[in-house]
This record gives sequence, C-alpha cells and structure tokens, in this order.
Amino acid sequence: MTNLTRRQALKTGAALAALATAGGLLMPGAALAALDALTVVAPAKPGGGWDQTARSMQEVFQTTGIVKAVQVENVAGAGGTVGLAQFANRKGDASAVLVGGLVMLGAILTNKSPVSFKDVTPLARLTGEYEVIVVPAASELKSMGDLAAKLKADAGSVSWGGGSAGGTDHILAGLIAKAAGADVTKLNYVAFSGGGEALAAIVGGHVTCGVSGLGEFEAQIKAGELRALAISSGERLPGLDAPTLKESGLDVELANWRAVFGAGELADADKAALLDAVDQMVKSDAWKQTLATKGWMDTYLAGDAFAAYLSEEEARVTTVLKEIGLVS
Amino acid sequence: MDTFSGLLHGFEVAFTPINLMWSLLGVTLGTAIGVLPGIGPALTIALLLPVTYHLDPTAAFIIFGGIYYGAMYGSSTTSILLNVPGETGSIVTAIDGHMMAKKGRAAAALATAAIGSFVAGTIATVGLSFLSPIMVKIALLFGPAEYFSLMILAFVTVSALLGSSILRGMSALFIGLAIGLIGIDTQTGQARFTFGLLPLLDGVDVVVVAVGLFALGEAFHVAFREARRPEELSRVVGSLWMSRSDWARSWKPWLRGTALGFPLGSLPAGGTEIPTFLSYLLEKRLSKKPEEFGQGAIEAVAGPEAANNAAVAGVLVPLLSFGLPTSATAAILLAAFQQYGIQPGPLLFSSNSTLVWALIASLYLGNLMLLVLNLPLVGLWARLLLIPRPLLYGGILVLSMLGVYSLNNSVFDLWLLLGIGLLGFAMRQFEYPVAPLVVGLILGPMAEEQFRRAYAIAQGDVSVFFTHPISASLLAIAAACVIGPYLLRRRGVSIG
Repeated sequence: MTNLTRRQALKTGAALAALATAGGLLMPGAALAALDALTVVAPAKPGGGWDQTARSMQEVFQTTGIVKAVQVENVAGAGGTVGLAQFANRKGDASAVLVGGLVMLGAILTNKSPVSFKDVTPLARLTGEYEVIVVPAASELKSMGDLAAKLKADAGSVSWGGGSAGGTDHILAGLIAKAAGADVTKLNYVAFSGGGEALAAIVGGHVTCGVSGLGEFEAQIKAGELRALAISSGERLPGLDAPTLKESGLDVELANWRAVFGAGELADADKAALLDAVDQMVKSDAWKQTLATKGWMDTYLAGDAFAAYLSEEEARVTTVLKEIGLVS
Repeated sequence: MDTFSGLLHGFEVAFTPINLMWSLLGVTLGTAIGVLPGIGPALTIALLLPVTYHLDPTAAFIIFGGIYYGAMYGSSTTSILLNVPGETGSIVTAIDGHMMAKKGRAAAALATAAIGSFVAGTIATVGLSFLSPIMVKIALLFGPAEYFSLMILAFVTVSALLGSSILRGMSALFIGLAIGLIGIDTQTGQARFTFGLLPLLDGVDVVVVAVGLFALGEAFHVAFREARRPEELSRVVGSLWMSRSDWARSWKPWLRGTALGFPLGSLPAGGTEIPTFLSYLLEKRLSKKPEEFGQGAIEAVAGPEAANNAAVAGVLVPLLSFGLPTSATAAILLAAFQQYGIQPGPLLFSSNSTLVWALIASLYLGNLMLLVLNLPLVGLWARLLLIPRPLLYGGILVLSMLGVYSLNNSVFDLWLLLGIGLLGFAMRQFEYPVAPLVVGLILGPMAEEQFRRAYAIAQGDVSVFFTHPISASLLAIAAACVIGPYLLRRRGVSIG
C-alpha cells in the first residue's frame, strides 16, 4: 500500500495543494462496512469512460461510507490491456478492483494479449451506453434501410467513421454489415483516435456514416447537424427520434458495457465482500444520481450471471472480429 | 446575445474579487504543472474535477482556463532555460530558445516568449469571441486528404532544421519516423515493432523522446565534455530586458505566429505542434539572417511561442461553438461541462451565455495575469543558469525523470528515457541534429494515419489529394517551399 500511496502522491504532485484545501468537501462519511481501503484501477488516462467510472465509484464508496478510503490508479494503454496485465499479477489480492468493458474485450483479441478476463474475477457489469448510427444532415441516406441496401450492394462504398480499430464502434459496424447480408471482409471502417476528430469527419461529410456512443453525438443530433438512423438498444430510447436496429430489419443489439473485476484466484470470502460492496454502491442514491448526471444506463448484473454474459460476449465478439479480419 | 454586450457582461462576472482569485489560482497552478514534462493541463484538470464539482461552474471554468493558459507559459520557461519542453507545443521553442539562454540571452528569450504568448493569446481570444462560427465552418471542410497535405507542408519544416549536412539531418528524420511506427496501428489494431513489450503497445510518447534527446542528451554531452576540459565562460546573463533590435525582430513573428496558430489550432486535427513547426519554417524563410536559426535567433522563439499560444486558444473554438473536443485537454473540458449538465455546442452561447462569456473574459484576464506574473520573474529565472553546472544538470535530470515517470507511472518509460538520452548524446557527439528526429516522430504517425484514412475513404484512389482544392493548394505551397529557394538562387537572388 505504501508503494501505491507514494505513486499516487507523485502523480497528483502539483494538484495536491489545491486538493488539500478543498479536501474537506470530500471527507468520507461514517464507516458502516467491512472494507477499509480499496484501490480502483482505471486502465486508461484520466478523463475517459473507464476513468470516470472509477472516479464515480470512488466518490460513491466514500460518501456513503461503504469503503473508508478509496484511491484511483490510472494504468493507461492499449485498450486497457496494459492495466489488465498489471492487475492480473495481483492474484488473491482483495484490496483492488479493475474497471473494464467491451472495448477491453476487443483489445485483448486484437492485441493478442497474453492475459485475458480468465486471469481476473468478473464481479459485476455496472453501466452501459448504446451506440447510434448517424449520417450528416445533408446525406441522401434517410433510413437504416437505405444504409443496409447500400452496404449490401457494395460494402466498400460505405465508409464508417468511429473510434479505435477493434473497439465497440468497429464491432457494431461489423455486426450490422453481417446482418445486412453484406460482404464483411470489405467493411470500410475508418478509425479515429479522438471522439472529436471522428465527429468532425462525419459532420463535414468526409465519411458516409458514423457510429459511436449516443453521448458523443447527442448534441449534434439535437442541433440537426446529424441524423440518427438507428440505435443499438433493444427498445427505443426516450428523447431520441430513431428506431432500433431490430425495427430496421437488422437483428443486432449491442451495448458498450462497463464492468468491475476483482483479482484472479480470490478467496470466496473476499469475493463475497467485494460483491457486497459493489451491490451496496449500485443500490445507493448517490450512484443513481451519478448515473443520471453522466447519462449512463444502469445495466447492473453481478456474479455468476455476469460471468455467463461475459463468455457469451466473448464468443460473439471473437466471431465478428475474425470476419472483419482483425483477428486470425 | 450580442457579442459585445455578452463580453461586457462576462467581464463584470470575471472581475469580482472571488473570480479574480480563482483565475490567479488557475494560472499559478497551470504555470507550475507546465514546468514538469508529463503533467499537463489535461491530467491536472481531470484530477481537479471531483474537487471543483462543489464549486459553481463559472468559478470552475475560470480555474480551468487559467490552468490551460498557464501550462503553456510554464512549459516555454523550462524549454528555454533547461532545454526541457514541458508540453509538445514548446518543443520548437527549445531549439533556439535554449541556444539563446546558453549565449547569455535567457532574459530576452523569456521576455519575447512571454510577451509573444500574451499578444497571441489576446488576439486569439478576440478571435474566439468573434470568429468562432466561421472558423468552425472552415474547419469542417478539412477531411483526411486535407490533413495529410497539411502535414506534408509541415514536413517541409525539416528543411529549416537540417543543419549543415543534409545526410545527417535526413538520417535523424528517418530515425524519428521509425520510432513513430512503434505501437498499435490505428487502422487495423495490430501491433508494430513492439517486440512483445506491453508498454510499447501505445507507442513511444513524444514527451519522453523530446526530453530524452534535448535534456538528457545535453546533460550527458556536457558531463562528458566537462570531464575532459574546463568549461568555457559563456554564461553571462546579459541585459535583463529585450533590446530595441529584439523588439524590432520579435513583433512581426508574434503576429505571424498568431495568424498561423489560431486557425490551425481550431482545426479538429490541427493540434499545437504543427503551427509551431510552420512558424519556425516561415520565420527562417523570411529572415535576413537564416544562418542564425538553430544558433539562437530570437524570431525562432517569438514566432513558435506565439503560434503555440494562439493554437491553444484556437482549440477552444470547436469546443465551445460545436462541442468538438480536439485535444486531450479539450476532451476533459467537455467532460467537465457535461458534469454540470451543460452541453457545449451550437446552443451553448444562447443557453449558458453567462458562463461562456465569463470564461472568455477570464481568459483575457488570465493572459494579463500571466504576463504580470512572468515578466518580473524573467530576471530571476535567468539567474537559474548561474547555478554551477553539475548541480544545474543534476537538477535537470531529476526534473526530467520525475516528469516522465508521472506520464504513465511506468518504470519502463524511465529506461526508455535513458536509452533515448544516450541516443541524443551520441547524436550530439557525432553532430547529428536532433530536431528533425522529433519532427519525424510527431508528424510521421499523424501523416500516415490521415493518408490511410483518405485512401480508405476514396477506396484506393490516390487522386483525392490533388482533386480536393484545399489539399491541392496545400501540396502546391509545400512544393513551392521546397523548390522555390533553389529556383530563386539559380536566378541569383539570395534567400534562405
């Protein structure tokens, strides 16, 4: 622990003074639970979805007193697989949890990562975000049906703008092309590193369509710059005027889920304690409040049910990445 | 709301004592983190988010704005004095800035950087207030083909950095391009040249390379030389202020740097590095004494520094008026807006006008504060160089290692830094210029990425680079920059 504390202190370095002055605002509440200290590993740089999930967990754990002291550690790199590899070394260690998600699953496969979810203990799926397929307002494509027809006629003529190769956006593009009966090997997916760059390319009409989390495009859809063709959820979402993929005749449903994992080879009692802490957190009002402000869906699924879901997702993602040609 | 009345109202809000205090806190914190390579504004703002959540949004964004601008000031200070660029946007500043410092002109270099940053920051903030909607429309015209051509133009900068031997300069460039290939390929997700090492999957960080080559390479070089012969006395601090000729040589580069930095910074894939490269190239081409470049030309500090700060303000254009985050810091700011339930975008100026105008007004103020804060310190900073060399370079080594470690908390990065430091040392010993390497490393991966995007979108038709008018024009300018000097020289006109 001292090692971690020192590391954290180094990183916050300059920000420390300001944190200290305002620290009074973050005092943990009364301690009710068994856990004294917990490290939440975010396998990404500060600011992204995993980091925000980790920091939200930290805040809720501490304000509700479920865990007395929580710190977030960022181990960024390679779609989360760098953090995963480091975390996999903590066998049997109940003092830390790892945040991860669908993107990490894709990265494990495309990076041929030596470690996988088998080396950690799946605890619970926490949140999810649905993906939306958009075209610029001026596009001739008016519906998902138009896009599917264009894909089927010539998959290469549809350029998709989205996030990193092998990530959620890429996986969904592959699933849609497959469901539309198009030649998946010809999928013309153009990966952009930052959300902003993809957005600019889509709005500027430099790619045929865009695919990403609803949050990335929501403001531009509302402002009429982008037209939402379909959403990847099972049911229509309130406040978004777009049909589901299923309604559009494409049998695809996908959520960019985020989850929390424990170390590998956890003792049963430790696993139960962590599951209990997560369960308390998810059911707290503070967590519900966080989900509302961040616009995250509650997709809580814990323990064995989550482990079963994870292996289903693994099979589905492996198949589609093989078809796209990213994984041999 | 009308822009003028909005801005006036913004100043009313920003001028309250409490908001002035937040602004001061922000710029001070920003300057501090800018000094350390590795800890940038993005990381700092991300770490502060949970704390500032309890403040009201206006105060929080005034702090963030201060941090953002302050970091660029701090970073140029260490670039000039210690040859340690804190942010990628100050790498070019280090080339001639540190040369000036070594020749005893540290104070003048710091002053032209500070005043240039102020001028550029202020003009660019005016641009942000009045030109945002137009800038965004222009920015959206840029697709992968246009960006690729822009990067080709930026590559021409190398010609201004080659030094005496073309062969050596080009070798350095290609080493940079090779290092740039390391990591996961963005278009296919496959790892390249990582030798199975996990920490290499995300590539080699530009900051690690720049600090290794510039700071460590120099420290090793000095240690090696000094062990054999006593140091020559060239560390006169000199006049504390810019001379009349310094002013005369600085003001045009400030303006030209701003003119490059603001529009390029507001492009979604423009960044802060490309404008600094182009500014260096432009100043060398326009200079009557191009031979001074690389030896401590004040134009080479004034122009790129102005370009850097103008680009930093430019980044806010697509963020505020379109909700487009185009840099790591902008992405964090976007997350911060969303935390308060505010969505930047076309509607922001009408739905949250008080906040936006207060933020913009506080940027003006922050800029002024930074100038007031930095100028009196110029003399003090410059005296840093009077520290005996073993202590000074020891301190630089500590600062470099600390900063690089804070980048990813990775010990691997420290070994990498050491390795690159040795490379930098060897390059100095054998008189290879190091700057082209950094240019290759920054531009290479960007250019490859954009080329392959454009190529994929056009389904393999390379003519897109010549049929898109903006792309074709940029390529033509690049060609003119390369061929032009030779043609003119042939006709007997002397030009750099």
